[in-house]
Amino acid sequence: MRVTFTVNGREESADNVWEGESLLYVLRERLGLPGSKNACEQGECGSCMVYLDGVPVCACLVAAGQAEGRQVRTVEGLAEGDRLDAVQEAFAECGAVQCGFCTPGLIVQAHDLIARVERPSDAEIREALAGNLCRCTGYEKILDAVRLAARRKAAT
Amino acid sequence: MTTKYAETEPRQDAVKHVGRPVDRVDGRAKTTGEARYAAEHRYPGMAHAALVHATVARGRIEAVDTEAARAVPGVIEVLTHENAPAMKPAPKTSLMNLSSLASGTTVSYLATDEVHWNGQPVAVVVAETPETARHAASLVRVAYRELPAVVDFAAEEPNASPQKSSVLQPAGGDKGDAVAALAAAPVSVDLRFTTPPEHHNAMEPHATIAVWDGDRLTVHEGTQNIAWLRAHLAQRFGIPERAVRVLSPYVGGGFGGKGFVWAGTLLAVLAARATARPVRLALTREGVYRTVGGRTPTVQRVALGADGDGDLTALIHTSVAMTARIGGMPEGVVSSSRHLYDAATIHLRQRLVRLDLLANTAMRAPGDSVGSFALESAMDELACELGIDPIELRRRNEPERNPMDGKRFTHRMLREAYEVGAERFGWRERDPRPGSMRDGRWLVGMGVATAYHPSLTMPADVTVRLAADGAVVVRCALQEIGVGAATVQAQITADELGVPLEAVRVEIGDSELPAGPGAGGSAQTAGAAAGVLDACRKLKESALALARRAPDSPLRGRRLDDLEARDGGLYHGGRGETYAAILARAGRDHLEAGGGTGMLKFLAKTLNERRRWVKAASGAHFCEVRVDRDTGEVRVSRWLGMFDVGRVINAKTAAGQLRGGIVMGIGMALTEATQVDPRTGRIMNPSLSEYHVPVHADIPRIDVHWLDEPDPTMPLGLLGIGEVGITGVAAAVANAVRHATGKRVLDLPITLDKLL
Ligand code: FES
Ligand code: FES
Repeated sequence: MRVTFTVNGREESADNVWEGESLLYVLRERLGLPGSKNACEQGECGSCMVYLDGVPVCACLVAAGQAEGRQVRTVEGLAEGDRLDAVQEAFAECGAVQCGFCTPGLIVQAHDLIARVERPSDAEIREALAGNLCRCTGYEKILDAVRLAARRKAAT
Repeated sequence: MTTKYAETEPRQDAVKHVGRPVDRVDGRAKTTGEARYAAEHRYPGMAHAALVHATVARGRIEAVDTEAARAVPGVIEVLTHENAPAMKPAPKTSLMNLSSLASGTTVSYLATDEVHWNGQPVAVVVAETPETARHAASLVRVAYRELPAVVDFAAEEPNASPQKSSVLQPAGGDKGDAVAALAAAPVSVDLRFTTPPEHHNAMEPHATIAVWDGDRLTVHEGTQNIAWLRAHLAQRFGIPERAVRVLSPYVGGGFGGKGFVWAGTLLAVLAARATARPVRLALTREGVYRTVGGRTPTVQRVALGADGDGDLTALIHTSVAMTARIGGMPEGVVSSSRHLYDAATIHLRQRLVRLDLLANTAMRAPGDSVGSFALESAMDELACELGIDPIELRRRNEPERNPMDGKRFTHRMLREAYEVGAERFGWRERDPRPGSMRDGRWLVGMGVATAYHPSLTMPADVTVRLAADGAVVVRCALQEIGVGAATVQAQITADELGVPLEAVRVEIGDSELPAGPGAGGSAQTAGAAAGVLDACRKLKESALALARRAPDSPLRGRRLDDLEARDGGLYHGGRGETYAAILARAGRDHLEAGGGTGMLKFLAKTLNERRRWVKAASGAHFCEVRVDRDTGEVRVSRWLGMFDVGRVINAKTAAGQLRGGIVMGIGMALTEATQVDPRTGRIMNPSLSEYHVPVHADIPRIDVHWLDEPDPTMPLGLLGIGEVGITGVAAAVANAVRHATGKRVLDLPITLDKLL
């Protein structure tokens, strides 16, 4: 089948999409957007997190066909030109990035959290990010990054 | 650049970069999704491979039916032992050729009908798309003649045989008669511990892209050892090393799992050769469990004898671990017991069983992470027996010299680590009576344990180039597995040359660069630093040589040792000049220098050092847990790690390494275990949903601190930090649980059923 949806503000389509194909597969393998990572393909790790109509989802669990006609936003679509989003900036600055493989998914999830909750508490952050595994950082600095991004966002 | 630093007005407040929490240089690439990991490169005509895994532990393949797979539209080839091109067998291992150690297993994949473990790849499907390859792989039918297999570690443990010693790792040893001393000791504990197999679970599953161009091979892969991978591929495919290029600029985590060469890599290269197409083989998470080894399970005995004051009279530590019939790494499980306590007598033994399983491999702090669980738990139990504070017990037994052989420590600050850590953690608040501290339905417990990891370096070749416009390029085939490899070497270079950090670019991750050390054994940073220091010194010498020739140079007649590198040049007090001025006068557009030691010289130096010194990174873990009185649920509620890791180069990346180690250790303590079916040898939980790594909500705030005293024998005084963080962690948790509940859990992980 052919699937058409908007990715980071641009309309894209993919042909010969198989019914079982995931949105993640279409993004990474067909549309040349490998920012969203593939680490488990079963909704356990959050590395593949993208916005679907403004709601963060694990792209590995969404069938590509479900995205038909909808809006997808990936980590590649968060910066405005050269200007990084506050969350991206805070991750790099706080030491929340090590190998970087979990980073895109975490950034999308954190981006959503601070859009919904102006000043999230630590417990709220931990809960919101509990579906995003990171094997490198020990999580502490990721919390710092989310707090910093939230502060900056609230200040603007 | 030349205008920024006036020769006559050097900045007095020249800022040093080493030690500062500098932002990592790849932060932007990694937060925007621009960083390209191994699986994310594209080649015209690239095909995709998927593996078919054996479903028996040992046997011979009687028949492979590939017809259904071949009939799937888009399938290009199905490779089996009947039609695959041959690969050379794995090399015999030798210390003279370290890359011979790179083989994950000794199996000649697709060149034999023998099956050696449940999960071994027995066929490879190559197709136009990854989905097609995977689907077709599921249609391949293999018939086996099963042979008897030994796969049950627990059942096989009594049949273990003694582990051999190597130059780098003694397997056992005795000081006095520990058996007799234990029997005579007024106070003693004698405990048997078990730890399960574990897997690294780096977030990036292993992936390889292989591209042949005639007899030249290009490979994209996230590896911890570019040099080994390159040498190994050259050997297996019968081409010269210079015909192999390995590209590995970003590695999505390793922890030991990407240190050796495993089936997926070899089969991607083989498939590319067989199909004359670029081939990508990206393993699924399950594929990683089936084809990349993990941590060995262990059974350990630790027996301690002490006099009434808590002075150790006997320390016995013995272990059984596994390797596989087809390879694997014997671990130094009892290693910590050689170094930690000044016991009057010591008895150490390591034994191994050989199983029909996938070969085990290094996983963060092999040996020490599991060994420290047993030793440090036993120390805690002895403290309970004696009625002595566990920190006090350790203090009383802190050795002045290495307990086994009297060698000197280059540097040892465990006393300070405990002292400062206890103060900051509030250890004084602890009521030593088990079960005495409560918070509602939670039983609160506090525990400590020692972290200890031997330090080593590996040689690195490095070049440094300084251009007239001030740009500095450092080149070394380092691996960026998350440690900030390029960032820390840029900091060191900026300080050594006295140039701004932004002027330095470090090129890594490509086998065309000068050979780097592997990212393993916590040895990469120190090894590369030695090369960088050497190259920078030579570069400054050649700058000075140019300057001294000029009659009008303020550096005329000066020696390098009298000069300070700062403000983009070399200075003696207020007099000196910039590199730009030196180059301009000499009519040169750049300077370049190479640094590093050759392998032989390096080995000689290392062995010589080892005869005299013992050096290690170490630390003290402080853990607070809360255990639910009714359900047995354990929550880690506070953590503090106080480390002695020599000089810290980058406070931000260092904290990340230590903290990451602690969290992996908490996983080891509470949730992580690879379950191997004792009948079939098949891994039963090959996924992130059934193998539980800690998530945000499991982890409290983790405080990490360090003493920041340089080690006198290491480049810049730094000790590697990648592994020390995990050592001792599981014991600190178990000890806190013991304090909270009165129960000593001897078998990891500490799941709630063990507390009910
Ligand atoms: S890849 Fe989608 S959740 Fe892991
Ligand atoms: S930074 Fe490596 S997994 Fe999070």
